[in-house]
Amino acid sequence: MNDFKGQTLSWKIVNGAIELALHRDPCNEIGSLTLDELEKFAEALPCLANEARALIIHSTQKAGFSAGADLRELFQRGQQVDRSAALRGVREFLERIHAVMNTIDAAPLTTIAAVHGVTFGGGFELALVCDIIVADRMARFCFPELRLGLIPGFGGIPRLKRDLGNAVVRDLLLTGRSFNVMKAQQIGLVSQIAAEGEALRVARATASQVGKFDKRTAAAAKAFVKPIPYEELKREIDIFCDLYSRPAVEEGLRRFVENEGVQPYLP
Amino acid sequence: MSAPTIDHTLDEILNLAASHFKVSREKLTPDDDFFKTLGIDSLQALDLLTRLEHHFRIELPDYELQGVSDFRTLAGRIQARL
Repeated sequence: MNDFKGQTLSWKIVNGAIELALHRDPCNEIGSLTLDELEKFAEALPCLANEARALIIHSTQKAGFSAGADLRELFQRGQQVDRSAALRGVREFLERIHAVMNTIDAAPLTTIAAVHGVTFGGGFELALVCDIIVADRMARFCFPELRLGLIPGFGGIPRLKRDLGNAVVRDLLLTGRSFNVMKAQQIGLVSQIAAEGEALRVARATASQVGKFDKRTAAAAKAFVKPIPYEELKREIDIFCDLYSRPAVEEGLRRFVENEGVQPYLP
Repeated sequence: MSAPTIDHTLDEILNLAASHFKVSREKLTPDDDFFKTLGIDSLQALDLLTRLEHHFRIELPDYELQGVSDFRTLAGRIQARL
């Protein structure tokens, strides 16, 4: 399936690179529908990888790359069933999205996240599975989960630990603050900064460059320098589920979902 | 080189906000609630924060903006980072 157009995302091969476009209103919140379509993509990826040298993940939404997990859906589903069923549902969701993230992380081709605007929570985690992050000058990153009484659950902590110094990880995680692209480049997260609106163009140029090299060599180099922290990823799911089962989280989610003020994305 | 004055910082914030959000500069005053005057939500406020960080070449953690909604207080927060 070289082309796909779904409700939340689409993909196609352009000039030897798979372009996975996120396009769910308002800002690519990742819920069950997005997960279904990400699983379709992960299933198609081995075949797509035979036809392409690189993968670019980007967003067509003006507000940004992704605002993260669909907290409204998480809250509403938790209200529809008892706590133990809600917890089982959360664990199943996390295990499924981890499988998708791990597949992209380990894909035998060079992966590039072209991000702009809001790149928060689960959206940040999706960018972190990629080999290279190209960021628009106006991109902003954040792990806000602690504000809700949770930790990032889509593999963010182990992957951030893999890529950055632990002191920086602690700052970003424990303050829950958002940070701009200059900071992101300074700490080693972002490798290239693009002018406003130019991240996809820069990512395409990068994909074109990586496509010049022998595919098997590039895959071997990637596998050598980018280990996947499977054990820590499993532990992250356990910790997330342990935290999720507390009433304080339900209240945190309720506050976010029912917040009609202008500041839900500010701490 | 000495740091700019708070009035100068405030003026630059008002100019940048007016220009980016296409609001007449004359309509903006230091004590305005920028959410209301500019008609912006929290995501747009983060966009404004990013632009201000780039403009002043500072890092201003968003938790320092908790409860801040007027230009004058915002200028004070920025001034403390210059």
